[in-house]
Amino acid sequence: MKSHFIQAIRNLKDMLANLAAKVEHTVHLAVEAVINHQVDIAEQIINQDNEIDREEIAIEEECLKILALYQPVAGDLRQVITILKINNEIERVADMAVNIAERVPDLAQFAENQVDKFDFSIMVAKACDMLKKSLDSLAYHDVVTAAEVIRLDDAVDDIHRDNYDVAREQILRHPAQAGYYLDCLTVSHCLERIADIATNIAEDIIYLESGNIVRHSREGNNHAR
Amino acid sequence: MKKKTIFFRKSADRLVRFASGLAVAVAVAVMFWIIFTVFRHGSAALKLSFFLNPSKPYGIPDGGIANALIGTVFITFGAAVIATPPALLGGICLSEYKEFRRLNATLRFAANVMMGMPSVIVGLYVYTSVVVPTGNFSGFAGSIALAIIMFPVIMRTTEDMLGMVPYSLRESALALGLTRTRTTIQIVCRSARKGLLTGILLALSRVSGETAPLLFTALFADRWPWGYFTQPTANLPVLITEYSTNSPFAEMHQAGWGAALVVTVLVLAINVATRIIFREKKHGH
Amino acid sequence: MAIKIQTKNLNFFYGEHQALFDNDLTVEENAITAVIGPSGCGKSTHLRVYNRIFELYREQRAEGEVLLDGQNILSDDVDVLELRRRIGMIFQKPTPFPMSVFENVAYPLRLHYKLSRSELADRVRQALIGASLWDEVKDKLKASGLALSGGQQQRLCIARAIAVEPEVLLMDEPTSAIDPVATLKIEELMVTLKKQFTIVIVTHNMQQAARISDVTAFFYKGKIIETGPTKQIFTNPRNRKTEEYITGRFG
Repeated sequence: MKSHFIQAIRNLKDMLANLAAKVEHTVHLAVEAVINHQVDIAEQIINQDNEIDREEIAIEEECLKILALYQPVAGDLRQVITILKINNEIERVADMAVNIAERVPDLAQFAENQVDKFDFSIMVAKACDMLKKSLDSLAYHDVVTAAEVIRLDDAVDDIHRDNYDVAREQILRHPAQAGYYLDCLTVSHCLERIADIATNIAEDIIYLESGNIVRHSREGNNHAR
Repeated sequence: MKKKTIFFRKSADRLVRFASGLAVAVAVAVMFWIIFTVFRHGSAALKLSFFLNPSKPYGIPDGGIANALIGTVFITFGAAVIATPPALLGGICLSEYKEFRRLNATLRFAANVMMGMPSVIVGLYVYTSVVVPTGNFSGFAGSIALAIIMFPVIMRTTEDMLGMVPYSLRESALALGLTRTRTTIQIVCRSARKGLLTGILLALSRVSGETAPLLFTALFADRWPWGYFTQPTANLPVLITEYSTNSPFAEMHQAGWGAALVVTVLVLAINVATRIIFREKKHGH
Repeated sequence: MAIKIQTKNLNFFYGEHQALFDNDLTVEENAITAVIGPSGCGKSTHLRVYNRIFELYREQRAEGEVLLDGQNILSDDVDVLELRRRIGMIFQKPTPFPMSVFENVAYPLRLHYKLSRSELADRVRQALIGASLWDEVKDKLKASGLALSGGQQQRLCIARAIAVEPEVLLMDEPTSAIDPVATLKIEELMVTLKKQFTIVIVTHNMQQAARISDVTAFFYKGKIIETGPTKQIFTNPRNRKTEEYITGRFG
């Protein structure tokens, strides 16, 4: 009975890892599509979102099944609950990627005109880094990396605030280009949300691990500090 | 993977089953043959007068076994009265008070010796220690002899029956604040009461046919057994012996068989009764 | 919460063999304390010290202190019969006495209290009501206690125990010999009873411990490894052995 349970958990983690990889890839595609104005790739992203939704539902059902059939407690219970939460959060990351992809056609249109283009590269780099680190900390049960992710969130929030100021300035200066700048702000907002979600994932990891055996968590906490 | 043939196992099974059935058949057949023989020889003697008339000396007509029947009842009942209280106490001691190790070891040893003693020796012993000093044979001496035979049997079954009471029952009584004595008597003995009764009845049925001890103690008399305490007392086993072997007359042989039939039926009846009592006990659970 | 039983440094021996090592345990008043652990780890042994039922067996002895309301119950000047009235015990196998349902409850009651016939009948009725059994047996009070079903017999034992107005109820795997539906009834009963009594239950069934207890103590090889609020033990135990046991990695 126990080995079935362990196998079920392993399957669940694999499913989540697969979904996470897929979503990470989708985010990369989306930001590239924005930077390079690739409308066809953006369309692909939007169409493939259904698949991601289905996988999220599959993982959630698997979690419910395990909870009902095995009634796990302690560490096992925290594991399943954390996977359930992170599953939901990853699906929201995918939604953000879709939102970004939806802006691509408009942005591509405006790019033909002469506008002061927004430079997303730094924000993109930071947000994607945070996402990657949070998913790594999930894979390797690494509270140190998770703690790092939480610290990095402030930087992304600052960039988003700056983007807002810049966008406002530019709209006042070039009212005709307002559409472009509003779209850029939306993209910036989505990237900021992705960073927030990465932070949530990192916090979930820390809960999962900190509820752990005494000796273990003492070391982990020291490192986290 | 090659399958082993099932033939050998099936044959072995059939063989053992056949042998078991054969053993049962032999045992049951013997029992029926005995009962049938006794019935065949004895039924002719069964008339109402047989049961109502006392025995008469050789040659005198209209003899019966009434006095012997009553005498046997007196003697076996007396034996039960003498043997049962100490045997019950001994059984209780062995089962419930195991901490008295030396006492229990002594009890057990004594019981084993008594059970192994041939009944004729028991009769002889009571003869020398009761009959000779008092100067007369008596039914009471016969009861003493039978009691010696019954005592270890009742003690053993008492110990076994009490041992079958689950420990948790004792513990739950103690856990309610009952003293050990109350627990032993009111709870444990009460729980095993049907088994204890069965033990006594079975011991009774066993001694009701014992002849050798009575030859030295109660002997026989053609009188009614009112002289139970001081005079030889009529009883069925000795009557059977006397009539069947010491008498040349055919009517006496007949009467002997009749008495044998009565004893057989009595023993059968007691055994069946104990089965019924015991089965009720199992039902209660 | 008030402390009902405080165990200090309890060591227990079966002859030469030591079964309990330096047990320290606090049992809170009006709460259910569950004692869990793998087979043979000493849970029942520990429980049976509280009402000194182990004294039935010569070679068993306990050393240390067990304080009931501050008084050491292991000392020689304690009235054991009164102790066993204050601390009742329910066993794994239901053990009704070979008497009628009414007598089962009345007999121990009569031994401890002087009561008139009507008072006795009333107390018996109260006890049977308290054990959620009255409705099922009120028409067959004269029937033998052994004629009831397993779950009913166990509730009869509970009625018998609470009739003498104890303060503590010890339960040694009370539902392991009973079907699941009857088990749930008895569990509900226990949660009601804890308002009046302090309950300590030894159980093999961890779900049961999780469902009904307020405090859980984990025993392993005669030692108490961890105790704590049940919620905490089952979501986030502090000790690795505890975690391994309750997630079924052993035992």
